[in-house]
Amino acid sequence: MNDLNDISLSEIIKLVKSKKISSLDLANHFINNIKKGKKLNSFITTCFDQTIKDSKNFDKKQNFDGLLPGIPIAVKDLFCTKNIKTTAGSKILENFVPTYESTVTNNLWKEGAILLGKLNCDEFAMGSSNETSFFGNVINPLENNFVPGGSSGGSATALAASLTPATIGTDTGGSIRQPASFTGTVGLKPTYGLCSRWGIVAFASSLDQAGPMTKNVEDCALMLEAISGYDKKDSTSINRKKENYSKNLKRTIKGIKIGIPKEYRVDNMPKEIEQLWKNGIDILKKSGAKIIDISLPHTKYALPTYYIVAPAEASSNLARYDGIKYGYRSKKGNNLIEMYEHTRAEGFGDEVKRRVLIGTYVLSSGYYDAYYLKAQKVRKLIKVDFDNSFKEVDAILTPSTPSSAFKIGEKANDPISMYLNDIFTVPVNLAGLPAISIPAGKDHKGHPLGLQLISKELEEQKILNIAFAMEKEIDFKQSLNRWWE
Amino acid sequence: MPIDKNQVKKVAKLSRISLDDSKLESLSKDLVSILNFVEQLNKLDTNEIKPLTSIIDKSLDTRDDTVSDGQIKDQILKNSPEKNEDFFIVPKVVD
Repeated sequence: MNDLNDISLSEIIKLVKSKKISSLDLANHFINNIKKGKKLNSFITTCFDQTIKDSKNFDKKQNFDGLLPGIPIAVKDLFCTKNIKTTAGSKILENFVPTYESTVTNNLWKEGAILLGKLNCDEFAMGSSNETSFFGNVINPLENNFVPGGSSGGSATALAASLTPATIGTDTGGSIRQPASFTGTVGLKPTYGLCSRWGIVAFASSLDQAGPMTKNVEDCALMLEAISGYDKKDSTSINRKKENYSKNLKRTIKGIKIGIPKEYRVDNMPKEIEQLWKNGIDILKKSGAKIIDISLPHTKYALPTYYIVAPAEASSNLARYDGIKYGYRSKKGNNLIEMYEHTRAEGFGDEVKRRVLIGTYVLSSGYYDAYYLKAQKVRKLIKVDFDNSFKEVDAILTPSTPSSAFKIGEKANDPISMYLNDIFTVPVNLAGLPAISIPAGKDHKGHPLGLQLISKELEEQKILNIAFAMEKEIDFKQSLNRWWE
Repeated sequence: MPIDKNQVKKVAKLSRISLDDSKLESLSKDLVSILNFVEQLNKLDTNEIKPLTSIIDKSLDTRDDTVSDGQIKDQILKNSPEKNEDFFIVPKVVD
């Protein structure tokens, strides 16, 4: 059944529906891949007994009504899963077993999917390389010693290596799109409010969104359809009719207006990235799109804005980890306050500490106006830049990342150089917009590079359709020799 | 220098994170470089700009103040590192 590794989720679903393969066969196949894929370290928790039991149940009932009938799927370990350990990649939640299920994972199970396990990620989703996880680095299946990106690094690796046929991640500043770009896969960050945040371990609540990570655009539309939708348990959830992204998916480029923002042509951009972008523009032109040069003048302020807003929200969200109601508790300290201080010192890793400290500082008395309020004002300018552009264009095309995957340890000692990885992805989160990254080429090492399409809010269908058309023209071929097996 | 070691100590106290001297040293260095980086924003004049406080173009939903859940004491206590019957146990607070 080796060919199951080379086919898409949509093709697997066809095999299940036509009864050429059972849910149990699928479960066994992916469990086997996961067991052989230990070197990649993409899983924190597996629940194979439950997976087998659920797939047998599916095969007994044979209900093919859901979008994901009997499909085993692994998810990022940031989604709370009932009775299955959920760590967020942190020591402080090492033994946390939720008694409830996140809305988006529940949506997957309602569509017939079955849980394979929980995927490694940067601690509390804070990182761009998966190196901040308490459970160790994740390896990019492209080459040993290379990072898969982050924070949804385990998700990207497990998907690319076919340890799961599709997955979901979360994206606060690029955590779906950057790892998708680094592993030659497709990742979509939906409009803020399209997918419920309920039951997702919170990082920065005004930026966090769950989204699909898949092998192709068709699968992406399907997974987005499965997880999106209004949820009264999330006060920022958008109340509107659910869309049929997969049914409405068609290759449309002709007549579409695509904006090319000059500010994304950053200093020291590698030639290969520039060429990739140009190739993307050429494909769009040839397919009948109209290319329009646009300006997003405040782009360079997006990262500094993000590194005030995100840590500020994180410092508030992470105040809940006090060692009392759940999570790790230190044995040190002579009183309540000291117990808190030691619990958080021992329970959080360095990157989380950095961000909690920065967040606390920018929100503290005397500094609030200079940092936090200032950042909220610049965030407004960044949003207005996009609003103005979308009066002129349907979508914006940019590279997804300023480089291909880098080596483990290469950027680990310099927080700023790590942060610069998200230079093209962060503005979208600040503006609450949807964006998709698709594999669009390779660098000289043969490592994948991604292109990003951005639209205005709630126009996921539009970028999916453009991506669907581009995907066919680009004809990206993933080449993995499964060296880790 | 946007922040010095004493300020980092104070912020760590506010954040309820204990830092030993070597950690204080390395984190102070990182914090200085991050704050220097974000201070680019000062180049922008934002006097006339209204802050963006929510990306959603609506007021947040409110729900009726009615009980919709309950009787889940066991679930709530389940993950506590230290508990006793119906209570979370904390270190002594009052002498």
